[in-house]
Amino acid sequence: MDRHAEVSPAPSVISRWFNRDGWRQLIIATPFGWLFLFFFVPALIVVAISIAESTRTSPPFTFLGEWPYVHLANIERLFTDTLYIRAFATSLANALMATLLCLLLGYPMALGLTRVQGSWRNILLMLIILPFWTSYLLRVFAWIGLMGANSWFNRLLTAAYNHLVPGPAVDHLQMMNTNFAVVLVMVYSYLPFMILPLYANLEKLDQTLNEAAMDLGSRPFRVFLDVTLPLSIPGIIAGGLLVFIPASGELVIPSLVGSASDPMIGRVISDEFASARDWPMAATVAIALLVLLVGPTMLYSYFENRARNRLEERP
Amino acid sequence: MNRPPLFLYSCLCFGFAFFYVPIISMIVFSFNRSRLATVWGGFSTEWYGKLFHNPQIFRAAWLSLEIALVSATFATILGTMAGIAMARFRRFRGRTLMSGFITAPLIMPEVITGISMLMMFILMAEWIGWPSSRGFTTITIAHITFSMTFVTTIVQARLSSMDLSIEEAAMDLGSKPWQVLKDVTLPVISPAILSGWLLAFTISLDDVVITSFVSGPGTTTLPILVWSKVRLGVTPDINALATVIVLIVTVGVTIAGILLQRQESRREKDVQMALRSGG
Repeated sequence: MDRHAEVSPAPSVISRWFNRDGWRQLIIATPFGWLFLFFFVPALIVVAISIAESTRTSPPFTFLGEWPYVHLANIERLFTDTLYIRAFATSLANALMATLLCLLLGYPMALGLTRVQGSWRNILLMLIILPFWTSYLLRVFAWIGLMGANSWFNRLLTAAYNHLVPGPAVDHLQMMNTNFAVVLVMVYSYLPFMILPLYANLEKLDQTLNEAAMDLGSRPFRVFLDVTLPLSIPGIIAGGLLVFIPASGELVIPSLVGSASDPMIGRVISDEFASARDWPMAATVAIALLVLLVGPTMLYSYFENRARNRLEERP
Repeated sequence: MNRPPLFLYSCLCFGFAFFYVPIISMIVFSFNRSRLATVWGGFSTEWYGKLFHNPQIFRAAWLSLEIALVSATFATILGTMAGIAMARFRRFRGRTLMSGFITAPLIMPEVITGISMLMMFILMAEWIGWPSSRGFTTITIAHITFSMTFVTTIVQARLSSMDLSIEEAAMDLGSKPWQVLKDVTLPVISPAILSGWLLAFTISLDDVVITSFVSGPGTTTLPILVWSKVRLGVTPDINALATVIVLIVTVGVTIAGILLQRQESRREKDVQMALRSGG
């Protein structure tokens, strides 16, 4: 191709432009234009529709023609209607619970991984990532099978429950369609998001610090509390947010294993849009969820940037 | 110390059991004779027979593959461009906005992405008559949009960890910036581009939420088909389908992992050789 450009007597305007500065402009403008059109414009549309009024027309909304231009009833409903308040509370509670459980299980797993030797460690890491590549939906489906009233897993847990908990024996444990099921499946789906950043953080810690503390007479658990844990806080925050952010907006898991009477916010948005055909309310709830996620996200990017800057400062 | 301390060791064992017991249980029950998906009734491969004679599943799988191929390819091109722009062009107008555009889709809940795109497609159809119906095109556009930023993240990370001296050397030898990009930078980051493509491909293949919003009647991807079946309850043929998918993914990921690692180590060796003989 280059040879052509050299041989041809008068390069066209386009190829001259391309060789001078055009390739650079193209590389910037193409993805930028795409994201502008298919990410930014839709986001603006949601913002615009959230201040409109729901109507029975097509498309099902109109903008107010006079002051205050903003249909405030939607925002008012957001703060007064118990459906939305409860949905936000349920989402927050489930997401926090899932994050906490992921941390409790993921932290020792990540720490354990750093103590595994050589090629075994790579195999175990691979085994953590592998379920990621299988279908997410089928992993949720696997738990539906396990949690059903007749499954071996439910019978096992029921037997354990009857054995351990005094009182009348139960026939089976109600797991499906509860918030317990939602949290359990979310922990299952998001645990790798917790383990991997934690592992990356813990792996980089200087082992000599541990040894120094040991030499100075600290017991292993004290060393963990005084040295390892404080140094791994960035990893905890990164992992926690990587679990919390998607968990709070989750739609698939609560729709399949959650209770219909106590929905999470993702399901409310989807129902409001598809079943009730109330676009403005769906948009309002969506924006409320985004506002809720802004804080954690800023926190995450703050820590990411700090980690990156520290990495670049190193000689 | 070959083994982690007992507590950590038992946590690892519990964690891996937690990861794999549901998957193994699903595989075991795919060979179940009973219609009840969770009660064992003897060995049978009946569900695999049913699965392989179900044209609906094959059509859905084929559509998913087509969408994943097209969207992963476009997402890789666009995502690589954005990655190069962010990592190599230090200053240009709109850089901050662009970095926002790249991170925002990563954290945007899928419900919101899906709804916002559907709203736009409906409004566009109303105002300019396109897209007249939702299906292949709208799904592909949506998938490109949210998977390209994953490619960008990977490419950008690879570029910022890349040794700048190679590019500087090419520049010193008289290459134009565009030639450096084409002949030096792109070949060096090609493993990252390939893993970006793979990630975009699997994201597209796996997506339920966004697809369920932007797909139309008649365009049923495999996840949408599974989704509608699962909502009706547990059926044994889904177990068989899951087993097939787990098998394909395991083989595919293993092969891809080995190939990528081999390529990466060969390239690193090449780079080291070049640096050594040059210096």
